[in-house]
Amino acid sequence: MDPDWIAGLIGGLMIGLAAAMFLLLNGRIMGASGLLGGLIDGSGRANAPERAVFIAALIGVPALLSRAGIGGPALPVAGLGVMVLAGLLVGFGTRMANGCTSGHGVCGISRLSLRGIVATLIYLVTGGLAVLIARALGWAP
Amino acid sequence: MRLVFAALAGGLFGAGLLVSGMTEPEKVRGWLDVFGAWDPTLGFVLTGAIIPMAIAWRIAARRSLSVSGQPFPEAPAPRIDRKLVLGSALFGLGWGLSGLCPGPSMATLGIGGLPFWAFFAAMAAAMMIYGYGRGRA
Repeated sequence: MDPDWIAGLIGGLMIGLAAAMFLLLNGRIMGASGLLGGLIDGSGRANAPERAVFIAALIGVPALLSRAGIGGPALPVAGLGVMVLAGLLVGFGTRMANGCTSGHGVCGISRLSLRGIVATLIYLVTGGLAVLIARALGWAP
Repeated sequence: MRLVFAALAGGLFGAGLLVSGMTEPEKVRGWLDVFGAWDPTLGFVLTGAIIPMAIAWRIAARRSLSVSGQPFPEAPAPRIDRKLVLGSALFGLGWGLSGLCPGPSMATLGIGGLPFWAFFAAMAAAMMIYGYGRGRA
């Protein structure tokens, strides 16, 4: 699967196709944080089965394909404590902003949503900042 | 039928994340490492993902209902508020520290080990706490 950018482009097209299917078939925005968050805090009770099935497939299919030798290994780039801190930031931040990379990034930018574009620019900048901070503190290479 | 469609979309999303390298935190950090060894791969991922979705929005604009009969989501008001800015900033910090955002954090649960479950548990707990606080506000 190299060079990397071809795999990136093909995988990206698959992600976009999945989002397109979810919109055109079910009338839903494919936002990972919203689908999971609504299930967790009960705000998505009305369509909980749809959310649960989506997430089960999102977890199960890569697990199976990975065992078939597709894709690279998932190796953590930070210790357990940093992973917990990062998870808290991601969970809190995406619910507050009402979207993440898939909702604001893929679904928002593709409909030229101002909110999606602004959110994406902000999390790209602070994401880059966090890489620098983590290196300065010796949390990650 | 809606559930079958949801499973197909979720499975394809997961497969795309795996193929694209989004399930590999070091690649994601490489993309964010603009001042270091910058890896442009994720730019191709985002571009590739936006193309089919941009077409889908155009198709949706010409139809009144989705295939399963559900209405299409309305566009949110183009309002930039403090929650969008602060929330996105916090999310980005967590993304850069771990190389994980919500989609890949679920797609890696069956691939990676304990660190990925720790991230997911913390993320889910924060979502629950945020939802609880919002419910009380």
